[in-house]
Amino acid sequence: MTEPTRDTALVLKLEGITKRFGALTANDGITLDLRKGEILALLGENGAGKTTLMNILFGHYVADEGRVMVSDGAKGVRELEPGSPHAALEAGIGMVHQHFTLAENLSALDNILLGTERLASVRSARAPARQKLQDLMKRSGLTVNLDMRVSQLSVGEKQRVEILKALYRDARVLVLDEPTAVLTPQESDTLFAILKKLSAEGLGIIFISHKLAEVIASSHRVAVLRGGAKVADLATADCDRRQLAELMVGHAISETAREPGTPGATLFSLNTVSAGSGRDALRDVTLDLKSGEILGIAGVSGNGQTMLARVISGLEPLKAGEMQLDGKALAASDARSMIDMGFARIPEDRHHDGIVGAMSVSENLAIEAIRKPENQRFGLLRFADMASRAKEMIKAYDIRCQSEDSPARLLSGGNIQKIVLARTLETEPRVVLAAQPSRGLDVGATSEVHRRLLDARARGAGVILISEDLDELMRLSDRIAVIHRGELSSADPAETLDRGTLGLRMAGHSTEDAA
Amino acid sequence: MSDIIDILLSANFWAAALRIATPLIFGVIGALICERAGVLNLGIEGIFTAGAMAGWMAVWLGAGLWGGVLVAALAGGFFGLIHAILTVPLGLSQHVSGIGVTLFATSLSYFIYRTALPDVSSPPRIEAFKPLDIPGLSDLPFIGPALFQQTPLTFFALALVIGTAYVLYRTPLGLAIQAVGDNPSAVESQGLSVYGLRIGAVVGGSAIMALGGAFLTMSAFDAFFFGMVNGRGWICIALTVFASWRPGKALIGALLFGAFDAFQVRLQTEVGSFVPGQVFLMMPYLLSIAALVVVARRADYPRALLVPYFRGQR
Repeated sequence: MTEPTRDTALVLKLEGITKRFGALTANDGITLDLRKGEILALLGENGAGKTTLMNILFGHYVADEGRVMVSDGAKGVRELEPGSPHAALEAGIGMVHQHFTLAENLSALDNILLGTERLASVRSARAPARQKLQDLMKRSGLTVNLDMRVSQLSVGEKQRVEILKALYRDARVLVLDEPTAVLTPQESDTLFAILKKLSAEGLGIIFISHKLAEVIASSHRVAVLRGGAKVADLATADCDRRQLAELMVGHAISETAREPGTPGATLFSLNTVSAGSGRDALRDVTLDLKSGEILGIAGVSGNGQTMLARVISGLEPLKAGEMQLDGKALAASDARSMIDMGFARIPEDRHHDGIVGAMSVSENLAIEAIRKPENQRFGLLRFADMASRAKEMIKAYDIRCQSEDSPARLLSGGNIQKIVLARTLETEPRVVLAAQPSRGLDVGATSEVHRRLLDARARGAGVILISEDLDELMRLSDRIAVIHRGELSSADPAETLDRGTLGLRMAGHSTEDAA
Repeated sequence: MSDIIDILLSANFWAAALRIATPLIFGVIGALICERAGVLNLGIEGIFTAGAMAGWMAVWLGAGLWGGVLVAALAGGFFGLIHAILTVPLGLSQHVSGIGVTLFATSLSYFIYRTALPDVSSPPRIEAFKPLDIPGLSDLPFIGPALFQQTPLTFFALALVIGTAYVLYRTPLGLAIQAVGDNPSAVESQGLSVYGLRIGAVVGGSAIMALGGAFLTMSAFDAFFFGMVNGRGWICIALTVFASWRPGKALIGALLFGAFDAFQVRLQTEVGSFVPGQVFLMMPYLLSIAALVVVARRADYPRALLVPYFRGQR
């Protein structure tokens, strides 16, 4: 991409921003500037401090040190009042949060109008607002049905409402936090096309990302954050993928690779299973899993993945259809029976469903096998044996904790995931269900998760890998099926698929002709 | 059967229904405003008592009737402010705080009443609101006595329903209140104050609730008694769910309850000789539970109801 000329007016400057949360330094003296019409990518791993920095810019947090300078043409450069979203909005800064900040019970129009009028006005001036928005939509290509209640909009439409909110207030700086996390590849392409158009009209754009491909394709400049500090600030044209990846992680990276496997006979299958209701319901899902393979399930979040995981975890009763293990229908499919039959469950929300935060690491490691004789005798727990087994697992899985007695909630996300892995995989399960197993983990923990899943596969287990990360799916899966609106496509060998095809299926183009 | 038809055809029955519904209309509208902003206000029962006592006492001490109404609203706003501070910036349990406010407001009202009047055996009376005579309308056959011979507070309650609906759906303030009860971060990211809106809604809603109490001592009766609120506040909490947090439906709910209540009193005199009176007293409550079961299963709760908001946390 062509870069805006160097002398283009500065619109925003962050000077020496430092923010500490207790002992953690989330931002360490970060300096950053943004010019008119520029697209700046803020690249970094989870926990690198990207979102914190943008929340300081937008006034959700107050920085411990440093200041935010904004320049608005006529008034010149001035310091932005810290800790006030209202001041940030006044200064022409618009922010699209990763978790949308929309009132679902209001229409798109009312959400955009919210806060733009004096609260004491006797009437909301919807007609002139609608006029202005229609012009904006025409110019930018961001079309939304303004009268629809937000609860009825799709994720992509909600994001467009968020961007329109900023544009309606004549934002000169637009910040987007992980804007593509919830979009299909095609929707992401459309989004970046719109952002390029807006930047050509003079909007300064900062987008937060940890995806190298979109950073390289769509930014003029890239700032890399690592461990709360800015480690690089480069013109995107001058850098390549490998260099950015190493800057982001801090060392050379080796990606876990999958050796071709030899899948065995069908191990576990779902036959026309329906479950749940509403948006996340499953409809007539058929799936077969062979031993010694990883079956990937791709899909945009909210299309039934959660329900599928709940069904296989034994947490959701089936409305129709059946599950079979070794060709025989399961007699019972409650959680306890599933564990006893050799199902390992790695839940999507590991903090909520994976551990009991107030209980110790050792108790969390034993929790699924609490009735087994090695953990209890005459109904009394054998704490000493549990502790010694916990120590072995802590060593084998490299769980970083003070001791096996520390409460599990004190551990980092990556170490919590290692507790879940140790607990579920140590029993040599036959079927492994991994729901979003690397979500929110850093590169090191992610490759550990991947290695363990590949080990399970090599041992002959069948692995169902539900993920929204196409790179992860392509790298690990033998076959990939796509889930869309609760329906699962047939599984095709990963070698025959590419991102484009998967993206189309994720948008529902193969199963039905939805535009 | 003909007894029932006779009851339904008497103007007197409909007038009673509207009269019984009036304090409930104030209560439901007040509760609805609090809950739309995301705060359950179980202080309502005590706020009714405080409004009843404060309004009555102001008039007894020499204030005008409308002055009494204002004092009642201020008393309600005061207890609302206590509830708002506990639940909004401090984020305490809305249930616990609400029950606390009810106990506090009720006891404080009784205490002040007893302190001011230590030795009276029969409660002192005031000159209460008189039914309004509206030229033309009040003289219409049937419709006149049924609907247009009410006290000014009843008409005020009806106007309040329309006013609340207008503010909620047509003004920027109403949109902000709806939004803060659904997703507070939507409000904050648009530069508005979550705490300001919530505290304002709870104080305003509580002031309106107190008018329901004031109606009891200044329109329905002309004196203050212990236990006179008698669960009306709790009924309003149920009616709010029944109304799906909409002012129009709130009015319908309050009128239905008023009609049931008026009906059971009249039915009691007709067939009371062979059915115990308690069955009739129970009827409106039973019917409101039944209505709630039917409606509440599909209720569209404000998503942020009961969820405290802390800045910088998500």
